[in-house]
Amino acid sequence: MNNHLNTRSIARLMMAPAVILLLGWMLIPLTTTLYFSFKKYLPLRGGDLGWIGFDNYTRFITSSAFWPSIYATLIVVGSVLIITVMLGTLLAILLDQPMWGQGIVRILVIAPFFVMPTVSGLVWKNMFMDPINGLLAHLWRFFGLQPLEWLSHFSLGSIVMIVSWQWLPFATLIILTAIQSLDRDQIEAAEMDGANPIKRFGYIILPHLYRAITIVILIQTIFLLSIFAEIFVTTAGAFGTKTLTYLIFQRVLESQNVGLGSAGGVYAIILANIVAIFLMRVVGKSLDSKKN
Amino acid sequence: MPRIVQKKRKTINTIVAWSIGLLIFFPVLWTVLTSFKTEGQAINDPPLFLFFDWTLENYSIVQERSDYMKFLWNSIIVAGGSTILGILIAIPAAWSMAFVPTKRTKDILLWMLSTKMLPAVGVLYPIYIGFIKLGLLDSRFGLVIVLMLINLPIIIWMLYTYFREIPEEILEAARMDGAALWKEIVYVLTPMAIPGIASTILLNLILAWNESFWTLNLTAAKAATLTAFIASYSSPEGLFFAKLSAASTMAIAPILILGWFSQKQLVRGLTFGAVK
Repeated sequence: MNNHLNTRSIARLMMAPAVILLLGWMLIPLTTTLYFSFKKYLPLRGGDLGWIGFDNYTRFITSSAFWPSIYATLIVVGSVLIITVMLGTLLAILLDQPMWGQGIVRILVIAPFFVMPTVSGLVWKNMFMDPINGLLAHLWRFFGLQPLEWLSHFSLGSIVMIVSWQWLPFATLIILTAIQSLDRDQIEAAEMDGANPIKRFGYIILPHLYRAITIVILIQTIFLLSIFAEIFVTTAGAFGTKTLTYLIFQRVLESQNVGLGSAGGVYAIILANIVAIFLMRVVGKSLDSKKN
Repeated sequence: MPRIVQKKRKTINTIVAWSIGLLIFFPVLWTVLTSFKTEGQAINDPPLFLFFDWTLENYSIVQERSDYMKFLWNSIIVAGGSTILGILIAIPAAWSMAFVPTKRTKDILLWMLSTKMLPAVGVLYPIYIGFIKLGLLDSRFGLVIVLMLINLPIIIWMLYTYFREIPEEILEAARMDGAALWKEIVYVLTPMAIPGIASTILLNLILAWNESFWTLNLTAAKAATLTAFIASYSSPEGLFFAKLSAASTMAIAPILILGWFSQKQLVRGLTFGAVK
């Protein structure tokens, strides 16, 4: 009994560093952001100009840049989610089929996920989307078409393309892992009973994938809401690609309006938390269902 | 008859899957190929695929002009340092939650996960100004701390899911034999958990290597990692596709290779154990 109590207090002690560090990492910046969000604070133009209540919050959402940034964020997050989940499901089903060199194909498919964001942004921007020397421009000219000015005339679409390329592997890999845990006998039984591939997909595979797809959507949403480098190195927020994250970054570091940017930061935190609550429910359930 | 049908299906699968796989991989392949061309060949129309004069000069130019080695070294220190530090802090925490769970363990785990959800941009200024005040801006040490903290929840979660798969009876047997707690962890648990710990390290190295919000915002000339170094190519001068490709190839090659080894762990780590 004594030994048991001893183990417990040691266990608590061993958790302490991680808990204290994460608590500090969360609370100190968070309270500082909250603090600045109620102040007029311009480090380069007068410094701390006093408390102004909720002014920053109303100014942030009434500024002309706010709604376009929400629009850009929704388009990027929504389109990338739709593209990666749909293509990812199809690709996962394909990769699950018998074929030669399955392992190599898998390696090829997941490669983009390991490419650092600044590299994928710049490679796509220059070597593919450059309107004069880019590979896509060569391709367009080959078919006698006028090359597109991807990042200026088709800016959000281009960002969606780049980010989808980066995240397709993630969706594919997770959905593939889920498919491979599917009971083979069940599919074979359905096949015997004469269920066609579409029915097998709709009634057996898709319900089985429901949880994996939910997790893909939630995790990707969290990461996609905060994509930064891909925009930083391609358009730097020009041509309507200023997402909420990018807008806040500009307010805080480029125009050094810290109060206003902090209010924006609080909005971003609230937005991310709404998504996070759903994610935590799903993950929390998987904690309960494990061995106990 | 069915066997022939099966073989035919397998052939079609193979052709379709390989085509799609190569299409997805193509930008990486194209970058690697371009890195061996001269600047003129890099923008040739029609594009040159294999039949060009292979050259290594871009690699030496990149190294000479921009001291590539310095950025590589920064990346290694920052990714390696934050991973080692994170693992050292996470192992005891994950051990205690996996083997001495309390009523609150689940809440603590979920709370740790929630810190990962905090959007970085929301706390950009506090961290930025704190770094200036502490003299940590553009220092490798500061970056190591920040990257360790943003990835700590993932490390703890991954280790936790691996530790939970270890049968508790084995640890109890060690305890019965009178092994002290630290002995139990060092000699019994750790050897059994080595595959799990190795996977966690691998995934964390990848995440830290590619991290590009904090590395872009908290570094300048001194502590810039490869992600920040590559970003300097966003304001080009003259022809630079081949040099960009050489720099990019060098920046992604190590992690691409590590990544291919870590496919399985990637799923577990990035879904917090919810998909295995």
